[in-house]
Amino acid sequence: MILARVVGTVVATRKDPRLEGFKLLVVKPVTPDGKDESGYVIAIDTVSAGSQETVIVVSGSSARMAEGCKDKPVDASIVGIVDTVSLK
Amino acid sequence: MFLGRVVGRVVSTVKDPGLTAQRLLIVQPLKPDLAATGKQIVVLDAVGAGANELIYWCRGKESSFPFLPDEVPSDGTIVGIVDELHLER
Repeated sequence: MILARVVGTVVATRKDPRLEGFKLLVVKPVTPDGKDESGYVIAIDTVSAGSQETVIVVSGSSARMAEGCKDKPVDASIVGIVDTVSLK
Repeated sequence: MFLGRVVGRVVSTVKDPGLTAQRLLIVQPLKPDLAATGKQIVVLDAVGAGANELIYWCRGKESSFPFLPDEVPSDGTIVGIVDELHLER
């Protein structure tokens, strides 16, 4: 899983029917100390995350194990909203 | 599986029901000579690893298997705590 920050939304009208009703967000991976990393990921939102929130993104086939994502064409899911990160 | 060191933790209240009561730790992946390699990632803990401990972790779908029959959405899980490491030079 990676930490990421929500930076945008995606709107798609024509899409796989199994994705209907899901919110798609653009997230930018961040390091645990909050710095941006390169690249963007489009992830299904299962926890109602908001703009600029730090979230936990699970990727790969495990993304389909998130709530309501079973048998859906998903390879990245937002599964948590981060309250705090503590580093030693 | 990969070697890593526990370097931090993540607290999340709003999360997938499958992650309820799971510990979220930050791991720095290591090379066998214990030099850091790659990005720090968030993983679940199946063995009760503590801060700064040397562990091994697995990635991919297999990382949800330690929690079966619960379906836990994880793509990285700590599956062992390293006692000793012998490396042929």
